[in-house]
Amino acid sequence: MSKTEISAPAGVPFIDVTREFDAPRDLVFQAYTDPKLVVQWLGPRKYEMVLDTWEPRAGGSWRYVHTDGEHEWGFHGVFHGDLSPDGMVQTFEFEGAPGHVSLDRLTLEDRDGRTIARTHSVFQTVEARDAMVEHGMAEGMNDGFDRLDELLARLATPV
Amino acid sequence: MQMQPDPLSTVFGALADPTRRAILARLADGGDLTVGELARPFAMSQPAISRHLKVLEGAGLISRRRRQTARLSHLEGEGLRQAAVWLVRYQDYWDESHARLDALLARLQADPMAPRLENGDATTGKRKP
Repeated sequence: MSKTEISAPAGVPFIDVTREFDAPRDLVFQAYTDPKLVVQWLGPRKYEMVLDTWEPRAGGSWRYVHTDGEHEWGFHGVFHGDLSPDGMVQTFEFEGAPGHVSLDRLTLEDRDGRTIARTHSVFQTVEARDAMVEHGMAEGMNDGFDRLDELLARLATPV
Repeated sequence: MQMQPDPLSTVFGALADPTRRAILARLADGGDLTVGELARPFAMSQPAISRHLKVLEGAGLISRRRRQTARLSHLEGEGLRQAAVWLVRYQDYWDESHARLDALLARLQADPMAPRLENGDATTGKRKP
């Protein structure tokens, strides 16, 4: 099975996400653009995905919400330029951190009937990039995660 | 240009320290505690513990109130819950999304003439053969 590679080099405000799919380029492009398909895969399985707005054309808006029934996390942005497998450009903003907007470009490359999907995201600052990828947080918390898991399990149980 | 850290960054910053996580765990176990009670299991002075409490309070993870001369720390579970549910790492988010996309692409290719959706509706059929 293919693996999602995420690179966030120090000192530059970029995130690059690369993934290979065992499907032709046009089909992968459809899965990234057709709203009926997007809702079926984007986001963690444990959250419900609600596609509020999805206008895959130059100047079109998009917005979706992940919800666990109690909390909601909204994301929105705008598509720029014509969308094609050679380039799908959009802005991206997490509504929990308004004003921190990234510019994302997806390109799909044919490789003998398989497809390499590459997303290049440009943030306004390295700090904003780091906040998104949660570098420091993930590393700093590793050792205490088991303890924290137990604590959270107790908190989740009403007294 | 200095940007104001958003609330979640403040919470994550507060949780990034093992002593502070241990303090939260003790408050979850033992109810409201004084600085002295919290400092006891740590090889740390009370002022050092107080500094940690201040960070936790600033992140909304605990509140503090006075009982006569003692100052009690109280766990604010909601702040921690908010952070916990957002503990989906960027890597995990995309790993899981792409694994689901693998499965979707396999389904679409297994039935190329009429890709079916999970809810049973047909797609708009724009895909090339």
